[in-house]
Amino acid sequence: MSKKNKKILLKVENASFSQNNKWLVRGVSLEVKQGEIVTLIGPNGSGKSTTAKIALGIFKNTEGEVNKFTNKIGYVPQKISIDWTLPIRVIDFMSLIEEPSDDQINIALNLTSVEHLKNKNLSDLSGGEFQRVLIARAIAKQPDLLVLDEPVQGVDFKGEIALYELIKKISEELNCGILLISHDLHVVMSATDFVVCLNGHVCCSGTPQVVAKNNEYQELFGDRASSILSLYEHKHDHTHSTDGSIKKKNN
Amino acid sequence: MLDDFFIRALLAGLGIALVTGPIGCFIIWRRLSFFGDTLSHSALLGVTMAVFFDINIAFSVFVISSIIAIILLRLQKTTKLPGDALLGLLAHSSLAVGLVVIGFLSSIRFDVMGLLFGDILAVNQNDLLLIWIGGALILLILKIIWKPLFAATVNFELAEAEGMKPDKYNTIFTVLLAAIIAISIKIVGLLLITGMLIMPAAMARNISNNPIQMVKLSIIGGLLSVIIGLFSSLEFNSASGPSIITAALILFCLSLIKFKKSRIE
Repeated sequence: MSKKNKKILLKVENASFSQNNKWLVRGVSLEVKQGEIVTLIGPNGSGKSTTAKIALGIFKNTEGEVNKFTNKIGYVPQKISIDWTLPIRVIDFMSLIEEPSDDQINIALNLTSVEHLKNKNLSDLSGGEFQRVLIARAIAKQPDLLVLDEPVQGVDFKGEIALYELIKKISEELNCGILLISHDLHVVMSATDFVVCLNGHVCCSGTPQVVAKNNEYQELFGDRASSILSLYEHKHDHTHSTDGSIKKKNN
Repeated sequence: MLDDFFIRALLAGLGIALVTGPIGCFIIWRRLSFFGDTLSHSALLGVTMAVFFDINIAFSVFVISSIIAIILLRLQKTTKLPGDALLGLLAHSSLAVGLVVIGFLSSIRFDVMGLLFGDILAVNQNDLLLIWIGGALILLILKIIWKPLFAATVNFELAEAEGMKPDKYNTIFTVLLAAIIAISIKIVGLLLITGMLIMPAAMARNISNNPIQMVKLSIIGGLLSVIIGLFSSLEFNSASGPSIITAALILFCLSLIKFKKSRIE
């Protein structure tokens, strides 16, 4: 697993985006390579989703450069509003953009544990179920690059762990690059190759170990955040139990 | 008693129903139901232009409607106003401009009733040709762009992110919409075309659970409305255009009954 010979899938250089005369993000640089998980973290309104949208081309960057080296992209947006005037089943939604085979659809739905919902209408799904379907749709056609904007929101706790494990597995098995936006700092620190900490601009970036020691990061997220890494480092083979303990500290 | 004029009316109505079925589904899905109203107001301008410059009405309405439709798309992108507010804005401004223009052209006498209701019983062979060739073209283009257009309808950002170019297909769709209005305005009038776009599709929504099914049922509903409406207008001597819409209304009511039953089961 040498990281040097991996193909670069996405390269964002010094990109900025402004809307209504306001900078949403400025000077973001990052790159995603094959088999690598790059995570964006940062407080609300720090430009994480905006950065993902710039990378995807939904927002046209006002400054800087964005280059994609693949067309096989899977996207799980943070918010999705599907008008319920539209009758659409899970199975129709799976082939909305790509045309995955029946097998691919079944495998993808199975991986996110929603195979039983295949013939249900999207409007009948719960928030968490819908989220799983969104992930399944994005991975069904085995994309080269996955962009996941808070992919596990609304998913129950057990499912959350399973889905993060799935994401890790996908990046290894499909050798695809993943740009992940997550609030779960523990997951970020344990499962990510590279972290970009945003707060309107790139606060700091590097491997999880480097970012956790950064002063700006500690200011943004507080002491709890920096202790996560030590937890992770000490209990390396007990990922699940530490996950739980972090979650409980929600005060 | 089946006269020639009746057969022509039937063929014209069926031709239009075939096209309005699928287009109407997209109108419902995209919440563009007021679009017919907006275009009807702008069509006034289109018809005025046609009379003034002595050009083909269908062509003139097509051009004006396309322009209005594209302005709508632009505004949707650049303002924060919701679609219905923009449609209202465009409807009233194009109506106002149309009326101002008519004021300058005092020589033109204007048949507003004809514009609203058309006269399906006065269809001639050229009209039929326009409907069937134009309609076939619209359906062909719609079939070609179906997938990206549908993806853009479900979710713009997903389509954009995964390389479907939704902007392009949204524009093509609105031009198709202007085209169906243009080819049918003279024959069936604006009231009928708006009703034909929305009512069969609304009926189909009640009884379908996937998009393809909804499109098929919408087409069937439109065809049935035309057949029932025209035959009953012959039988009861009622106005043909409104009879078609009334038939569509009855079908819609029937779909509601069925919908409730299936929910209880």
